[in-house]
This record gives sequence, C-alpha cells and structure tokens, in this order.
Amino acid sequence: MTGGLRRAGAWAHRLRPRGLRTRLLVAFVLVTVVGAAAAAWAAAGSAGTALVDGAQERLTGTVADRVAALAPELDYPPDEEGLDRLRAAVGPNTLVTYEDLRSADADAPGPGIGPVRDAVRERDRISVRRITDDGAPKLLIGMPVMLTDTDGARTPSGIEVYTVRDLSGVEGQIDVLTRSAVAASALALPLAVLLALLAARGVLRPVRDLRDTARRLADGDLGARTVPQGADELAALTATVNEMAASLQESMAQMERMRADARRFASDVSHELRTPLSTLTAVVDVLASAADRMEADDRESVELAVTETRRLVALVEELMEVSRFDAGSAALRLEEVDAAEAVRDCLRARGWTDRVAVEADGPVGLLADRRRLDVIVANLVGNALRHGAPPVRVRVAGDGDGGEGTGGGEVRIEVADEGPGLPEDVLPHVFDRFYKGDAARTRTPGSGLGLAIALENARLHGGDLVAENTEGGARFVLRLPRDPGGDRDGGHGVGHPGGHADGPGHGEEER
Amino acid sequence: MATILLIEDDPGVRRGLQLALSRHGHEVRTAETGEDGLRALGAAACDLVVLDLMLPGISGFEVCRRIRAAGGVPVVMLTARGDDFDVVTGLEAGADDYVVKPAQPTVLDARIRAVLRRSAPSDGVRVHGGLRIDTEALTVTLHDAPVALTPTELRLLLTLSRAPGRVFSRRQLLEEVWEHDYLGDSRLVDNCVQRLRAKIEEHPAAPEYVQTVRGFGYRFGPL
Repeated sequence: MTGGLRRAGAWAHRLRPRGLRTRLLVAFVLVTVVGAAAAAWAAAGSAGTALVDGAQERLTGTVADRVAALAPELDYPPDEEGLDRLRAAVGPNTLVTYEDLRSADADAPGPGIGPVRDAVRERDRISVRRITDDGAPKLLIGMPVMLTDTDGARTPSGIEVYTVRDLSGVEGQIDVLTRSAVAASALALPLAVLLALLAARGVLRPVRDLRDTARRLADGDLGARTVPQGADELAALTATVNEMAASLQESMAQMERMRADARRFASDVSHELRTPLSTLTAVVDVLASAADRMEADDRESVELAVTETRRLVALVEELMEVSRFDAGSAALRLEEVDAAEAVRDCLRARGWTDRVAVEADGPVGLLADRRRLDVIVANLVGNALRHGAPPVRVRVAGDGDGGEGTGGGEVRIEVADEGPGLPEDVLPHVFDRFYKGDAARTRTPGSGLGLAIALENARLHGGDLVAENTEGGARFVLRLPRDPGGDRDGGHGVGHPGGHADGPGHGEEER
Repeated sequence: MATILLIEDDPGVRRGLQLALSRHGHEVRTAETGEDGLRALGAAACDLVVLDLMLPGISGFEVCRRIRAAGGVPVVMLTARGDDFDVVTGLEAGADDYVVKPAQPTVLDARIRAVLRRSAPSDGVRVHGGLRIDTEALTVTLHDAPVALTPTELRLLLTLSRAPGRVFSRRQLLEEVWEHDYLGDSRLVDNCVQRLRAKIEEHPAAPEYVQTVRGFGYRFGPL
C-alpha cells in the first residue's frame, strides 16, 4: 500500500518538470489556454442563450399571431371542423383540444405535453418547454385561446393549442460559435508557447550567465564576473556574486602573496647560505688533509667541522629542493631506467649492499628521473636502516606491460624492515617536514626533510608513497607509473606546473 | 699537477677553493671577473678553467663561449643543483663538465683529473673515410684539413672510434669519457656529440661518423 503510494509519488516526482524553462513553459501554456478556453466558453454560452431566447420568442410570437388571427372567426363552443381549421392555421406538428374534442396531425405532440398543459390551464398563458425528440432539440409551445369581451376582459375559451417547433437551426449556430471558441483557444496555444519561451529566455539568460560565472569561480578562475542586466532581483544577485568573487580574489591574492614571500624567503636563505658553505666545504677539506699531524683535540675538532659542514650542506640542499617543490619549479628529467638496477646502484654507491637485501624478478623498466628515484630509494632505505631493525629488504616489482615504458602499468618498490614499526601517532605525520616522531629521531643524522622530499618526488612522477606497519615492522611502498607522461591526468603531479619532462630524456635520441 | 685558472667572484670561495685545489697538487691562479679571467688566459696558458657561472660583468656562459672560441682549453663549470637552465646553457656554451655547488674539493679534483686524462695519447692512426685520427699525436684531420677538438670531444671520438659499429649507451660514455658515477648527467653526452658532429660531419643533421641508435645511445659508423 505505502509502497504503491511511494511509487506513485516517485512517478509524479519524475513527471514534474525539472528545468525552470519547462516549468515556466507549462505554467504559461496552462494559464493561457485555461483563460482562453474559459473566455471562449463563456462568450459562446451567453451568445447561445441569447440565440435560443430569440428563436423561442420568434416562434412563440408567430404561433400566437396565427392563433389570434383566426380566433375571432371561430364559433363557440367550437366543433371539430373549427378545431381543424385552427390547427391548419397554426401549422404542422400541432394538436388542438377543446374539452373532449381533439384535432391532431400525424406529428402532433403526444403524451409529453403534460407539464405544459398543466401550466397553460393553471395560468391561462402561453407556456413553452424545450424538449428533445429523437436527439433533435425542439420547442413545445402550449397556448390557451382567449376570448375578449366587449369590455376588454379576457377569458379562456377552453380551446388549447399545442405545437412543436424545430430548434436545430439555432443549435447549429451555437455549434459554429463553440467551434470558433475552441479555434480561438487553439490559436492562443502557440502564442502562449512563444510568449513563455521569450519570458523564459529573459529570465534564464541572466541565471545561466550567473551559473557559468559561479562554475568558473569554483574552477579557480577568480577573475570571472557577470555584467548585471537591468535593476531586478537577478541583477542584485549578480552584483552580490560579483562582490563575493572580488573579495575572494583579494583574499586569495593576499594569501598567494604571503605564500610566495615565504617561499622566496626560504629559497633566498638557502641561496645565501650556499656561498659561505662553499668556502667552508673547501677549507675543511684542507684542514682534514692536515688532521693527521694534529693533536688529538685539534684533530677531533677538525673531524667535527668536516661532518657538520657536510650535514649543513645536505640540509641546505634539501631546503632548496623543498623550496623548488613549493615554487612548482621542480623539473622531471625522464629517461629509461631499470628500477631494480637503480636500487642496486643506489645501495652500492652508499655502501649498503651488505645490509640490505634486494628482491627483483629481473629488470623492471620505467621512465623516471634517475636522480630523483635515487633520492627516494636512498631516503627510504636510510630511514629503515636508522629507525628499523635488520634485515632491511627492498622488493622491486612491476605490473602492466613493461619494458618499453610505453603503456600503462606501474612499478612498486617496497622498503621493509623488521623493527618495532611506526607508532600509531607518528604514522599520519611520517611525511611531514621536520616532524620529530620520537626523541630518538632528533639525535639521528637525518635532516627531517628526507621523507617529505621522497614523497614530493614520488608525486612529481605522478606516483605515490605510503607508510604502513606490517606484523614485523615498518614498510614504505613507492608506486610509480611506468610512463609519467602517459597518464598526465593521473592528478598527483598536478601541483607542479613546471614538473614535467623538459630535459633530454626519451625522444632526445633524434639529435 | 696541472695549472688551473679559477674564475670566481666571491673572495671566500675563491681563496678556499684555491687552497683546497693547491692541496690536491694543482697550481691555481685566480681571477675575480670574466674579463680578468680572459685576460689572464691570454697572458699565460693554463691546462683547465674552473668557472663560476654567476659572475658580475660578462656572465660565465659568455666567458665559456669565448674560451671555446679561442681554443681547446677544457672548462669545468660550478653550478647550482637544480638550476637546470644553467646546466643546459653552460653545456651549450661548450663546458666539458660541471660540478654542483657547494663543490667538494675531492669531487672537483676528480672531475679535473678526468678531463685532463682525456688529452692522454694512445696507439696508432685510425682512418675512417675522410677522417684521420692520430691517437698518438692526438690530432684529427678531415679531408687533410686539421680539426680543432677539445679534449672531451677528442676523448669521445677516440672512445667511439675504438670499436666502429659498436653501440655505446650514454651511461657507458659518461663512465668512460667523463668518469662519472651512475647518476651522471646524460646531457653532457648529447651536447658533446652535437659539438663533435658540427666539427667533423659534412651534414650534422644526417651524421655519417657519429650516429644515433634510437633508444640505446651512439655508435661510430658504419660508414
């Protein structure tokens, strides 16, 4: 039962016109057609009534005239022959009675005259009634024949005349009228549609313009505006939307300025630090070569200066890398890389080969920036070696069609250790810059930017990097598309407008 | 070991690198600007130029171009990492190699030595078509006209022509010619190949001697 109701409701809901244009159209047409039909119907009705009344009056008058013309010549009380003469004078379809005498022709009114006869006898006046005979409209007229005395008083003679007249001619005229009314209503229909469309366009164009503007604003085009038309509510709404967009644009511009300032400051600081660091790097090298001949304390100081200078250099380098990501100026230099080989090269270059196990089912080809891939792997493995427990394992695997790096598919590099894993409260922040997960982290030689940079590099490739805990430790999973240029719509690298291949990567072989 | 001209505007870096490179056995002369450097180069020959790209006055790129136009003295640039524009422009200006700042003296020294080794002679004379390569005298002639090559261009030509028809990958060439590690910048190879082609090929766009093997690298010939 309720199900049926709900179905009916849903059906009605589906039927209800959705668009403003359709609703306006339907409303306009309904109002116009109903109005036109009502006006036409009313006009046709009253004209019809007037026609019938006129015809009735005319017919009654004719009968009365004929009766009046013959009545003085009749003898009273009349005989049957007198009644026949009267009937002939009135015309066909006539019945004339006088007490028990009757004179009737073949089509004389029959038993249906009862109510008219009663009215005639009661009031001594002409009485008419509209009847339907064989589907045709007829007028039944009943009339007493009155005698006028010498003093002018009128008395009923007892002779009664009943006759039937055809009204179908009038009915035909009414039909014509009704048809004209329907035609007029029908004519109003296309006019109503036209008017409705015009009105809808007038209302809808500003609404559509406003919608387009709102959509452009939502898409980030903060310069989008609509020119208000006229001075109605829609124009006021348009002006309000424009004001909103302007204030939004101003806030965004201010925020963007502040962010740009902050980014430039970080970048400037790093650049400025690099010159004195160049000097430091050069002179600690000279000092280190002389360290063998120094006292123990001096030698230790020199060694400290060397390691700390290297740390400082690495930190400034990473800061600059981060500023490049923030500024969107980090560029990808794509070339054919075997991920398995890249991982082994990375471990070999850092002397980690003995401490890390690499699992790969053979070459895993992809298009990647060799240096950036190296940075990611070095950061993940370095992190595992510092915070996890051995054995540290790196698994390299590819899916999809591999080899040429042309089609889809992705490459997966997992770095897992068997340490305590990442604490639950650290896990969501593990890629944050300078996040101090635990007290131990602050004492480790990592800069605090390594994992953040690894993530940025993965995203620059259109890939992703996630951290998770397994039963036996922490695991970082790097996923890179085989061809970062191939699925540019992937969305990840979108934050870096400058971040696509521009150097001599693949395709450069043509030179 | 070698005479090096260091062109660097910052006095601290200039003196620091001078001290460090001297400690590695080089004789280091310095210049503060590109103009001074070019003048010093004209006054007394040196084996190699270490050139900072960010210089007041005429830029490092321009200095590099002028050195290249004047002769075959090798150039190692000092550049900022990630400033790809610098690297590309510097290599196009004819630099043989680059080191990212802040430069570690050991790394810089290794690059300098690798560049200088490229001038070392080896065996006999190789003749390929109109090209005659004397690997002892380290001279190249094309249809009997001498061709002036920089040490890096010469080393690249020697490496490729050692095994005509064999395909060398960019990484192999980086390791053999530039002595770079596995992260070497393949643009060094591409730029050097272009410069070499401009000097020895009759139609550099349709090269005869140094051919591209698409997707793999380069090979010498086959003619």
